[in-house]
Amino acid sequence: MKFIGGFMHLHRMFALLAGLALTVLSASAPAHDQRMIIQSTTSTDNSGLYDHLLPLFEEDTGIKAQVVAVGTGQAIRNAANGDGDVLLVHAADAEEAFVEQGHGVERFDLMYNDFVIVGPTKDPAGIAGSNDVLASLQKIADVSAAFVSRGDDSGTHKAERKLWSEISVDVEPVSGTWYRETGSGMGTTLNVATGLDAYTLTDRATWQAFGNKQAHQVLVEGDPRLFNQYGITRVDEQRHPQVNHADAKVFVEWMLSDAGQQAIADYTLDGQQLFFPNARR
Amino acid sequence: MPEVLLSTRQLSLTLGRERVLRDVELDVHRGRTLAILGANGAGKSLLLRVLHGLIEPDTGVVSVHGKPLDHTARARQAMVFQRPVMLRRSVQQNLDFAIRTRGIQRSRRKSGIAAALTLARLDHKRHQPARSLSGGEQQRLALARAQVAEPELLFLDEATSSLDPASTAAFEDMLGTTVAKGTTVVLVTHDRHQAARLADDIAFLHEGRVAEQGPAATLLDQPQGPELTDWLEGRLQPVSTHGADASERSTP
Amino acid sequence: MSSVAAPSASGPLQAAFKLIATADPDLIEIVTLSLKVSLSAVLFACLIGLPLGAVIGSLRFPGRALLNLILNALMGLPPVTVGLLVYLMISASGPLGIFQLLYTPAAMILAQTILITPIVAALTRDVVAAMHEEYREEFDSLLLSPIQRAIALLRDARYRLVTVALAGFGRAIAEVGAVIIVGGNINHVTRVMTTTIALETSRGNLELALALGAILLSLALVINASLMGVARIGVRTGA
Repeated sequence: MKFIGGFMHLHRMFALLAGLALTVLSASAPAHDQRMIIQSTTSTDNSGLYDHLLPLFEEDTGIKAQVVAVGTGQAIRNAANGDGDVLLVHAADAEEAFVEQGHGVERFDLMYNDFVIVGPTKDPAGIAGSNDVLASLQKIADVSAAFVSRGDDSGTHKAERKLWSEISVDVEPVSGTWYRETGSGMGTTLNVATGLDAYTLTDRATWQAFGNKQAHQVLVEGDPRLFNQYGITRVDEQRHPQVNHADAKVFVEWMLSDAGQQAIADYTLDGQQLFFPNARR
Repeated sequence: MPEVLLSTRQLSLTLGRERVLRDVELDVHRGRTLAILGANGAGKSLLLRVLHGLIEPDTGVVSVHGKPLDHTARARQAMVFQRPVMLRRSVQQNLDFAIRTRGIQRSRRKSGIAAALTLARLDHKRHQPARSLSGGEQQRLALARAQVAEPELLFLDEATSSLDPASTAAFEDMLGTTVAKGTTVVLVTHDRHQAARLADDIAFLHEGRVAEQGPAATLLDQPQGPELTDWLEGRLQPVSTHGADASERSTP
Repeated sequence: MSSVAAPSASGPLQAAFKLIATADPDLIEIVTLSLKVSLSAVLFACLIGLPLGAVIGSLRFPGRALLNLILNALMGLPPVTVGLLVYLMISASGPLGIFQLLYTPAAMILAQTILITPIVAALTRDVVAAMHEEYREEFDSLLLSPIQRAIALLRDARYRLVTVALAGFGRAIAEVGAVIIVGGNINHVTRVMTTTIALETSRGNLELALALGAILLSLALVINASLMGVARIGVRTGA
């Protein structure tokens, strides 16, 4: 024990550090009461929808909801790990699979908006004003005009790949040439598209809220194939016992209720409605 | 002659390909001061490190009180190096560090430090950073630090070689007080006059071998062998230029 | 805008000034959390990294070379990888899932601690090893035990170790990859400077993102300058 007594100075310093560390740890330890997490998409979050909805929801129910905004693919994977209480994304097939695998209780249609193709004003593929998305994509492929893809397994990415496959254009071999995959969220992908003077497929809400549009504009819209359905699913508490299923249940019910649906319809940006409620109850 | 405190038998050390100590046989008598003399590269500093247990010899033994040098014996030794390495702390904290590591009882520490400060004439600078002291002051602090735990055997490795005459005098003065308390001292020097001033006994090292040893008074006046004679008369140039002196080595 | 109100100023610098001048409450919340998370991470990293670095820097033991190699490699850990590893650990289906740390500041502290502990340890090792070369013979003579050496070296290197802690802090406060994964960038809960910058960039609010970047930079500058000042005075006086 000789040296311990001999170096009290440094010892006290470390004891102080350790004490501080414990204080910090206990202060930043999570408070789990009323913590309810929504695994959702960048498109809904970036458009500001949650900033509009969640205060209304809290006002009605007293429940604080927290949003983790990632791509649909990652949101589903996170929820499948039990790291979230509600899944709110836009890839119906993947959502149904999520329920079938026992991770979710039941999927409900919640709301929709639409995808649009945005691109540079000079429009090398000549698609401006079209309402035929397949023909427009074919033109882009024909002239090998630059097109930026999410490439991140998100709902938007899935929708875009589906469109390409419908016109039998295989983008895999051309990836890296005129077809560019960012592997990032919608906003980052839009930044790349404006930077490269490229076309891209985006949901209308994110585009509407996007602040770096530069000379890009909506070129193709109004095709029924560009319909973008959002669904809401509660994570199954039998499969993931630690989820906050009570609050999650309240949230899902509220979103599907008249109050929730009205709140969705009420959200506008620059005077334009971004999401259209369509819950079937 | 008082009893033998430390002795070496058949001590040999090889560094790289160089045999730097050869069959060194040395006796250090209690209460006396032994000066190890020799040219640069003769192996003086290495020998001192072997005696203090900092370097293991290849063959031979160092014994203290007739027993092989061990931790207990080493704990009762102290050393002042050619260039003092002071902790980045105050003068007083440097002494405190040394006295604590030697396990001196708490009640005796305070008086020990106070006495050491007075001895080194550094009372007024006790709160100054040790590294801000002059070379002479730092070397006095190093001596104070070495003797604060009252060792029975004190090693000095060319402790004054980089000091000016006044600082050297102050250092030797301080050493005299330590010796008067009965501490046994082994010092390495290449200054025959310092040896004459401080040493009771002389061991002359030539090419890693003890060429001569005996009482300082007789040896310095009447050297027996040719090597010491030549050295005292300043004729002998260092034969080996491999830099075996510890102070000249970059890595141990 | 959910996190920080986009100021209607003309450039990023004006935007930054406006955010600061109006003491934007969201901005203050984000800055506070950033500092809390990264300073806590530095604290933990020092608690682990300083003793570890001191031991590796002053002792010789079997496996030391391997440990050094690992430590050096870990210094280059990408934050995203750390974030992913921590996510897998603390996810509800991970081994530490029961603690429910995911998407909390504690998770962010954990990730940043893992990220910067190797940096603190490796830099401490270098500082201590250099100092030990200087002190070695004196310490050998004083028969110091390995632990006594490590402690004495840590204490004497304390002002240089401030720089080490700062290096760790710089890495922690600037990284986004780890905290965005384990924190989730949840508004008012786990949103820090860097994740806000990433978010605003993805929203196309480039000027606001730049303004936040400028604030982050000046913050780091102030903290560095003040601590370096302390260290420099300490080194100069040799205390």
